[in-house]
Amino acid sequence: MHLGHTHDGPAAVSADATRLDGTRRALRIGLGGPVGSGKTATVAALCRELRDRLSIAVVTNDIYTREDADFLLNNAVLPPERIQAVETGACPHTAIRDDISANLEAVEDLEDAVGPLDLILVESGGDNLTATFSKGLVDAQIFVIDVAGGDDIPRKGGPGVTTADLLVINKTDLAPYVGSDLERMALDAKKQRGELPVAFTSLTSAEGVGPVADWVRAQLASWTA
Amino acid sequence: MSRAALLVLADGRFPAGGHAHSGGAEPAVAEGRIRDADSLAAFCRGRLHTAGFTAAALVAAAPHGLDPLALDEAADARTPSPALRATARKLGRQMMRAARATWPGPDLDALARARPRGAHQPVVLGLTARSAGLGPEDAAHCVAYETVSGPATAVVRLLSLDPFHATAVLARLAPELDRVAEQAAEAARQQIDALPAASAPLLDITAEAHAAWPVRLFAS
Repeated sequence: MHLGHTHDGPAAVSADATRLDGTRRALRIGLGGPVGSGKTATVAALCRELRDRLSIAVVTNDIYTREDADFLLNNAVLPPERIQAVETGACPHTAIRDDISANLEAVEDLEDAVGPLDLILVESGGDNLTATFSKGLVDAQIFVIDVAGGDDIPRKGGPGVTTADLLVINKTDLAPYVGSDLERMALDAKKQRGELPVAFTSLTSAEGVGPVADWVRAQLASWTA
Repeated sequence: MSRAALLVLADGRFPAGGHAHSGGAEPAVAEGRIRDADSLAAFCRGRLHTAGFTAAALVAAAPHGLDPLALDEAADARTPSPALRATARKLGRQMMRAARATWPGPDLDALARARPRGAHQPVVLGLTARSAGLGPEDAAHCVAYETVSGPATAVVRLLSLDPFHATAVLARLAPELDRVAEQAAEAARQQIDALPAASAPLLDITAEAHAAWPVRLFAS
């Protein structure tokens, strides 16, 4: 018997692809990145873009409030039973990487309560450039930075910028006002990430999240293939 | 049995959800009852000899072979605060996931089936210790340590207390941890109804208040 694949208990251990009833679980995508880069706005825009065709739920990891969960609720991007907030004990990166138990519990509860789900978005609390998601929690991760945080962030690299499955560089509409050079950011990102994709977004228009939504659809297609 | 298994289980990095909980330290800091290393030591000592002793005996009872479901009821009866009962079951569910990945066994599977939303954390911890080949006193040591290390770690974050001072508090408590673990293991030899029921009413009261805070760093 492979560890974590007992079939007579109430819960899979972590990243098992099938649920106990034999159905395939939802694809889980993590969104991380520094404070204020637009993670919650990206989650909201993705929900609006994808919710008509996909069954979606969201887990938020607020650092000390329910602010992110409340933002999603107040903007009515999903019904409240599809949004769960996890408390992280002042250490948001621990909850998505070193000890993922509370997040796994939230993911399982959502599948039990409103499933079957196609997609669960797990949003981390705003943290530093080294925060990445455990593979036991998510199948793929998006790292969100923005042009106003400094156009040298892609050059500086770090695990989020370098290894995330998708790097989103958000708020491109602000570039002229903060003196950020988008071409330089694209070149630096390419240097750090090789063939891994980068999406430039501006969420001031409804279609702004398009490149990210397309990437998510591609991930789903290979998950369900 | 492997003594090192105890180190793995007692390690603060054991991924069972404990990092998000302060063991009552967050409200105690807010009310000024923990301000520095000395008041942290007093808080830890109080928690150790009350809630800690009770939990340690429950944990030691599982390796003695007492029925986990009866122990779960005994834990309920010894936890008057609904918020702390919910926390204990949440942490028990998270401990169960880690336990079934680290030391899988039929006893853990059976308890997971019987309590899919989580049994009390000390009951799960006791079964985990048994599954890891540890004895009652080892199991009691584990919970005694976690009773004081949780608040100490939380206070380092909440007060920016010097981490050396916080760790020194734990080191000085070590002989008391030994005594509580020994007493708990001894108490766990008795019938379930005779298990200790020491409690800290102020921890129960502040846990209820803390659960209703709109803004907090720790889940409990």
